[in-house]
Amino acid sequence: MERAWHDAGLGGGRSGARALKNTFATVLIWGAFLIALIPLVWIMWSVLSKGLHPILNITWWQKDQSGVGAPGFDHTVRGARHAIVGTLLVAFWTSVIAIPVAIMTAIYLVEYGAGRVARAVSFMVDILSGVPSIVAALFVYTAWVTIFHWKLIPLCSSLALVLLMVPVVTRSTEEMLKLVPNELREASYALGVPKWKTIVKVVLPTSMSGIITGSLLGFARVAGETAPLLLLASYTPYLNENSFSGIMAALPTMINNNFANMSGDQVSADRVWGAACTLILLVLVINLVGRLIARLTKVKS
Amino acid sequence: MGKRIDVKDLNVFYGDFKAVEGVTMTVEPRSVTAFIGPSGCGKSTFLRTLNRMHEVTPGGRVEGQVRLDDEDLYAPTVDPVAVRRTVGMVFQRPNPFPTMSIRDNVVAGLRLNGVRNKKLLDQKVEQSLVGANLWNEVKDRLHKPGASLSGGQQQRLCIARAIAVEPQVLLMDEPCSALDPISTLAIEDLITTLKEHFTIVIVTHNMQQAARVSDKTAFFNLEATGKPGNLIEMDDTQQIFNNPGKKATEDYISGRFG
Amino acid sequence: MNSIEVTAPESTKSGRRPGDLLFGGSAAAAGWTVIVAVVLIAVFLLAQALPAIAQDHVNFLTSTDWAPNDKPARFGILQMLWTTVMSSVIAVVIAVPFSVAIALFLTHYAPRWLAGTAATLIDLLAAVPSIIFGVWGFTVLAPKLVPVQDALSGTLGWIPLFGRVSSVSGGTTIFTIGIVLAIMILPIITALTREVFSQAPRSHQEAALALGATKWEMIRTAVLPFGRPGIISATMLGLGRALGETIAVMFILSSLPDGAPWSWSIFGGGTTFAAKIASDVAEFTPGVGTGSYIAAGLVLFVLTFVVNAGARIVIERRKAFSE
Repeated sequence: MERAWHDAGLGGGRSGARALKNTFATVLIWGAFLIALIPLVWIMWSVLSKGLHPILNITWWQKDQSGVGAPGFDHTVRGARHAIVGTLLVAFWTSVIAIPVAIMTAIYLVEYGAGRVARAVSFMVDILSGVPSIVAALFVYTAWVTIFHWKLIPLCSSLALVLLMVPVVTRSTEEMLKLVPNELREASYALGVPKWKTIVKVVLPTSMSGIITGSLLGFARVAGETAPLLLLASYTPYLNENSFSGIMAALPTMINNNFANMSGDQVSADRVWGAACTLILLVLVINLVGRLIARLTKVKS
Repeated sequence: MGKRIDVKDLNVFYGDFKAVEGVTMTVEPRSVTAFIGPSGCGKSTFLRTLNRMHEVTPGGRVEGQVRLDDEDLYAPTVDPVAVRRTVGMVFQRPNPFPTMSIRDNVVAGLRLNGVRNKKLLDQKVEQSLVGANLWNEVKDRLHKPGASLSGGQQQRLCIARAIAVEPQVLLMDEPCSALDPISTLAIEDLITTLKEHFTIVIVTHNMQQAARVSDKTAFFNLEATGKPGNLIEMDDTQQIFNNPGKKATEDYISGRFG
Repeated sequence: MNSIEVTAPESTKSGRRPGDLLFGGSAAAAGWTVIVAVVLIAVFLLAQALPAIAQDHVNFLTSTDWAPNDKPARFGILQMLWTTVMSSVIAVVIAVPFSVAIALFLTHYAPRWLAGTAATLIDLLAAVPSIIFGVWGFTVLAPKLVPVQDALSGTLGWIPLFGRVSSVSGGTTIFTIGIVLAIMILPIITALTREVFSQAPRSHQEAALALGATKWEMIRTAVLPFGRPGIISATMLGLGRALGETIAVMFILSSLPDGAPWSWSIFGGGTTFAAKIASDVAEFTPGVGTGSYIAAGLVLFVLTFVVNAGARIVIERRKAFSE
């Protein structure tokens, strides 16, 4: 078999064009990563540099916007308690409804589902995760106001957000349940434990930390959602802790309320950046806590 | 074609863990050498240092010398990519590229090295498939996906792919362990014809296969788990199997362990 | 001696256990709730939108006139359709190459100690709420992009896509929102693509290296072809996300004044379905007025449904092929 082609042999060193392409690719790939970090750093810098100052004032956390004056004429930033409490309450009620539904759906898909119904459910979960928040909000508005002619209450925002949170938590819970080895389930059945008890006492506890992480990430996601609040909640400067009546403020609606005036009026700008800073810190802290829990309690496979 | 391999005092590491210790051996050109030994003794790890694949694993490194006809494979000026072109490898599980046709699989190595001439490529396709004893079976379906063949055929396709780049040495890491007995025999016959052109090193856990196919055999062993593997004995295959020098070799051959 | 059953104990002497029935039933009910929710969304939106579209005196899909509260009402969505699609396309065109590169970085190039932190950083980008992108995009980024836009329309302005638009200043254009959307969808596309790349079979990667391929050649041969359906699917999901993004668009994009001339340029303003619905919410009058906005929402729902279903089909088809 004679040699049909000749290469540079071992002493040739790195063959020019191919090595160049390889290096070029490495540079591009590293570069892409570093460029992607720029917006993250830039946004954090903007928000922190402009928003840290208003929120370091204790009034921000203790008082609401009572007594707020017209833009340009009001010289104190005042507080954001109403918005902070509102954001937390809306997310809380969303979680209370969404997490059980999501976990049960995930259990259905992993432990029970087989066949067409399960495939349909899985498909619909994917669809639901792609539904924009504005459409979910529009749906709740259509049902609540247009069809049933009811008056909007703060809970309505939570209902729209449930539609957003369920798919997120379902998928992550599903992943966690799938990680539980089948041998564990079989060991339980072999001891005569019924299926439902096996799920509740064996499978769920094993995957619990992952489920908690998924739920926390879902909570953070809905805490930051704005579109449903615009459609289903108005804004008020007063603190309202009742989710079943009246108007409840939230950080995004506080931002929205002051946004139009921020270029001319420093006080409005401070409120916007302060609220943005509070929101982003809230979301990031919950995110990091969730990821920390995941990393610390990872099941070694 | 077919160069000599000289290994001197080679130690193979994963990070700080020494997996293989102090190997010195010579592999004659155009011969078949078999590495045998119990699982975990480091024979595959050692094999992979001969084409610098060991360093692809994170933490993989070597100390010592590996020479191909007097050229040091690990010299600082040597590009590992060039080494792998000269020393080819066939793996335990057949792994033709699934998104490529049979033809494209065979010339994958050549294309990567910049060969574009269509006539030359077609020539190499036939030459390599003939050399791997697969031409008659696939010559009418060269455009079918590589994964559409049976296990034994896929492995011969991988051999064709490896020899298409005209390496000096062909390393085979338990090439038949995932195949049925008939395909195994086919590949063993193939190895006997391939050695006219290539230096072949084959790792096998099947002693009868080593006895059938190889000219020389090297026996690796380790004292205990966690200790590095060593080359215990290397000699003509007939000697190793009929009249082994070391007791450990004899114990392994006669099935007392392993 | 009894043999040990390893399937779930389904029946006892008295038939199915009540605990199992209750629990399994609840799980199934939860699953059904999801199906019912999606169906209801479609049905409710359709029911409310149809009467509005029926009253349309101007062609819904092809007109740019939008004045639902006039009599006769006009609901042309063409301008919104264009802006929505264009801004999303820009976002995808920018985001996908970056996402693929970053996914490769995380799976094949980043050193071990960096890979985990790097992945978390990219995921944190996904956690930033869209309203913050809106505020930041408008106040910080848009003004910085004005010289870029001027340069582009200066050199490439003869192409209608890059033409100068004088009525929009401050950089609050489709171009800017395209970039912001790209940043917002980058983490999603990266996360999905990364998962696919990490599952590329090691044996094929080793085979490529053993043939003497450089690292990049190995990736081109054994990783990228394997990941292609995943990249397509991830792109579609990113597109869906961009189409539905509301708040960032609302805050950043300048809307065009009524009766503004049609412009193909990406340096002009406009509005998307989502942003229009959100910003006009104060004008929701019962009946036909609201119905038209619901119709816009329906179009958006259908768009994202199609894109998401398509993404899933691409992945399913590939799974069936490789089994």
